[in-house]
Formats: sequence, structure tokens, C-alpha cells
Amino acid sequence: MYKGQSGMWSWLLHRISGLGLLLFLLIHIADVSMISFGPQVYNQSVLLFDYWIVRLLSVALVTAVLFHSFNGIRIIMIDFWRKGARYQRVLFGIALALTIVIALPFAYIIMVPSLHWLTAMPHITANR
Amino acid sequence: MLQVSTGKGPRPAGGGFETFSWYYFRISGILLVFLVIVHLVVMHITNDVACTTYSFIATRYANVFWRVFDWLLLTIGLTHGMNGLRVVIDDYVQSARARLWCLALTAVLLVVFFMLGTLTLVTFHGVASSLSGPTCVPK
Repeated sequence: MYKGQSGMWSWLLHRISGLGLLLFLLIHIADVSMISFGPQVYNQSVLLFDYWIVRLLSVALVTAVLFHSFNGIRIIMIDFWRKGARYQRVLFGIALALTIVIALPFAYIIMVPSLHWLTAMPHITANR
Repeated sequence: MLQVSTGKGPRPAGGGFETFSWYYFRISGILLVFLVIVHLVVMHITNDVACTTYSFIATRYANVFWRVFDWLLLTIGLTHGMNGLRVVIDDYVQSARARLWCLALTAVLLVVFFMLGTLTLVTFHGVASSLSGPTCVPK
């Protein structure tokens, strides 16, 4: 299943997304712990989300979460469902499709506030 | 002799830590799917992420349910991820000494970040609302 075909790619993407998510998690635990320093300090970090590149990284994060979750469910189906291994390729296709389909509305909702110069919409930010 | 498939895929059967780890990935993974989806929806969909200010968090954490929810997310996510890192280290680090250092670092990171997250969740008490800053202001 694993050498050079979709099974190998699914394994590789699962590993890469997992490591990326772990790295993000460690940074995230650290940045939220800043809240112990009070509102003046903490709200500075929230201002980062006014930059479109930070929001783009958020979209990448959401995509990684979605893929890792759906492929993880696929792995569980392969391991615990009698016919799982037979349908592993189909399941991979479904996992990829679900990832893209659900990531798109997330991407829209996350990116729109930082693209106000494009859409001329009033948008919400934390107070400067 | 005809081999009849049991229908189960290959899995570590020895009953030791590797077996536990194999099951733990899958069980913690299922739990995490729910926890993370709710977390993402709350942070990005029901509020714009730029509105996740101090007062937003203070309001959430006034209800202890959200503290427990976030703590579950912290613990299950950290252990799931660090177990994964352990597997990756075992795959790629060949020398036994280097592997020992890398795995020790993994364990230290797990403990340190677990403590940091738990401390934050347990000790947070919002300041008076007049001092806590804006929720978010339309531009």
C-alpha cells in the first residue's frame, strides 16, 4: 500500500501535517500564556491578525487540521473496518475532497477581513 | 490450510507500550476531531479571530466549562502530538545516544508545555471589565 502510490503520499502528508500542527501547538500554548500578563500585553498579540500574511498562515493551519483529521479517520477506518484496506484509495480521495471543500469557506471567512482594500467592506479589528 | 481473514488489519499485539500507543493515537484522535472543530469554529467562525481579545477570553473563562474544555484540548492534543513526535524520532534518528537525547527532549517539552498551559488555565482571573480593553471595534 505504501510504496510510491497514494498510500505513501497519504502517509507522508499525515506526518508532515502532524509535525506542523505540533509545532504550531507549542507556539500557541506559549502565546496564549501571555494572557497572564494582562490585557495590555495580550491584546498586542491579537493585533497580529490584522496582517494578511498571518491570516494566510491561519488558513494553512486550518487546512492542515482538516487533512490530518480526515486522513486520521481514514486510518481508523482501515484499521477497524473489515473492508477498510480494500477501499483505502477511495477513502483517501474522500479525505482530500472533504479537506478542500471545508477549507474553502474557512479561507473565505478568515481572509475577507484582511482584504478590505479589495472588498471595501468595513471590518472588525481589535482596537489599536 | 486456507487462511481466513479476521478482518482486522495488522496491529502491534504484544500488549506493551507500543500497543497502548497504537490505540491511544486512534482514541485521542477521535476525541481531538470534536475538540478541535469546536475550537476552530468558536475562534474563527462565530467570532472574527481579531476579536479574540482579553475580554473575549475573560468572558469565556468566567464559565468553568470552557476552562475544562480547553484543558482537555491541551492535554489530549499535546500527548497525541508528542507521541507522534516519538514515533518520528524512532524512525529517523539512528544512533541510540542521539535517540535518547531527542526522546528526553520530547518528554521535557511535554511536561513544560503541559505545565505552562495548565497554569495559565487555572490561574487566569480576568481583571475588572473596565480595564480589560475592547472586545473589538469595527474599523
